[in-house]
Amino acid sequence: MNLFTIALKSIRQRLLASSLTALSVALGVALMIAVLIANTVVSKTFDLQQIGYDLIVGPKGSELDLVLNTVYRIAPPIENLPYRYYEELKENKHIGVAVPIALGDSTEHGNFPILGTTVEYFAVDYAEGKKFRTSAEWPNGKWESVIGSSVARENNWTVGDEFQMVHAGQDDHVHDEKFKIVGILEATGTPNDRTVFVNLNGFYAIAGHEKPIQEAIDREAEFFGETEAEVRAYHAADLKEMEAHAGHDHSGHDHAHHDHATPDLQKEVTAILVRMKEDPRNPTLAQSRAIEFSADLREGFKAQAVNPIRPMQRLMTNLVGNIRLILINLTAFIILVSGVSIFVSIYNSMSERKREIAIMRALGADRMAVFSIILTESIILCLAGGILGILLGHGLIMFASPILEARTGLVIDPYVFDPMELTIIPVMIGLAALVGFIPGLTAYRTDVAENLSS
Amino acid sequence: MSLELKNVRKNYREPNGHDLPVLDIPHFKLEKGEQAALVGSSGGGKTTLLNVISGITKPDSGEVLIDDIEITRLPEAARDRFRAERIGFVFQTFNLLPAFTAFENVLLGMSFARGKADRAHAKQLLESVGLGHRLTHKPAQLSVGEQQRVAIARSLANRPSLLLADEPTASVDPANQETILKLIREICKEHNVSLLLVTHSPEIAAQFDRTIPLQEFNKVLQNV
Repeated sequence: MNLFTIALKSIRQRLLASSLTALSVALGVALMIAVLIANTVVSKTFDLQQIGYDLIVGPKGSELDLVLNTVYRIAPPIENLPYRYYEELKENKHIGVAVPIALGDSTEHGNFPILGTTVEYFAVDYAEGKKFRTSAEWPNGKWESVIGSSVARENNWTVGDEFQMVHAGQDDHVHDEKFKIVGILEATGTPNDRTVFVNLNGFYAIAGHEKPIQEAIDREAEFFGETEAEVRAYHAADLKEMEAHAGHDHSGHDHAHHDHATPDLQKEVTAILVRMKEDPRNPTLAQSRAIEFSADLREGFKAQAVNPIRPMQRLMTNLVGNIRLILINLTAFIILVSGVSIFVSIYNSMSERKREIAIMRALGADRMAVFSIILTESIILCLAGGILGILLGHGLIMFASPILEARTGLVIDPYVFDPMELTIIPVMIGLAALVGFIPGLTAYRTDVAENLSS
Repeated sequence: MSLELKNVRKNYREPNGHDLPVLDIPHFKLEKGEQAALVGSSGGGKTTLLNVISGITKPDSGEVLIDDIEITRLPEAARDRFRAERIGFVFQTFNLLPAFTAFENVLLGMSFARGKADRAHAKQLLESVGLGHRLTHKPAQLSVGEQQRVAIARSLANRPSLLLADEPTASVDPANQETILKLIREICKEHNVSLLLVTHSPEIAAQFDRTIPLQEFNKVLQNV
């Protein structure tokens, strides 16, 4: 029978008190695990080191809002950009890829964000070396859509299903048009999993999505600093076709589904994802061109080009980082309190255990042996509490992740592991040694003769 | 094993700061394999004497020789190991650990001695005291007589050469007293273990070849 077995027997002798003590440690550790994982998830989610684009071009306004809206789809769009601006941007000789994004609507079921875009969106890696994969097709057709894996799972949608969307800001207005699902994206662990992607032409063709002509002319004139006449001249062909179309008889068919393309004048984009042209001989060229392009736009009044990493880094450093620091300190304090409860529990038991200790000493146990037994008890309680806490913490995450995902849109991997968890066990052993030292010393100093005769 | 005490003195410090003499033994000897009853009234220093012999309590002066080894000169940890390996203890109140089964209480006695716990020996000891069928019972599940038999088995776990028994039948009912006493004496004889048994009962003392009234060699009691 070794000291470990003897310590274990002592713990079992006071099972209720020992269990409650270990549980208090477990709850502290579980809380810390939850905070660590929440921190890992938030850091991973908002860490844009690996986004496939150099810049997000959007209307002037908050850089952070632009990123939160375009990448995370958790903030309302700032404003829109004229489609003409996207067309011009595409022709910029330094820009390799420009992908238009139109956001604002959501699905009738599940309230998932609808993102109108072109298939080019899926050609760019969503993270370094990670490509989008669809279960069937890409949304090449006007009324076609691909959906994120979480959308498919939660709405129980599959390829071939059709859905309608709710107009932005009007919960009760459901568009008549239906999109057909032609593919389900493989899980990416990004906000794309909770997004419904529709063909951009279909998005514009929805009744009410086209900007009224006069309003569009005024907006473009303001945006480009032109006169109304100049704008009308630029869109002369489109305007002529619209006039002809106005006289067209629609009585025999559904207006919304006829094949007229929406004129560029009436189209808008929420943002444009930009990837600069790369030069294999000069790997930093794309980055310096992005900085240059961004600086040029900053001086103008039309739009802004944001490096998506920077506002997120500021958010992480200034807000999330501080909250994380507070939470980690708080949970460390909770664990310390749990450690004190172990100390109190063992120390209080020492007065009733002095006779047991004296018996062991009379049987030949030396002072170090009884000291070690008490210390081992403390370590067992702390370790049991620590391990139970890790399991509880992960259990909590597994239980809460689908709820959090549904409520916040943050995709949480229930099996995520924070490397800092590896420090918990050594920390618990250190804590156990600390809180077990004084009770161990009491055992060490127990007067054998006095306690045997008591 | 032979036990010899030379000029052993032990005082206790009273709360008022005065020393209270408890033991003053010019000479005492117990031969190897000898069984002796130490008789004396309560408060006569019997338990203190056993503690001094076993090395639990250090005398203020004098020598305690066990097989010619002066144990009072050994460092405390060595005294503890010496006690674990060579001295068996049977207490008046059994002093079994409640969390451990009968078998584990015997194993516990072995754990603190050098070497591994001999499970077969522990089982054999319990069988020899008639508890082969009660190995997995905890003290609370045993009768008083059975508890004392476990304590006897535990005291012999490390094959000691000296057994100290402090009024081992005092807490046992009269029907079991004779059985316990007989058991201790027979086992000691069988294993050639020296036995020093403390009792205040003249009837029990009368059964021993040698009866030692504490008054005869503890000068503290002679001066009272």
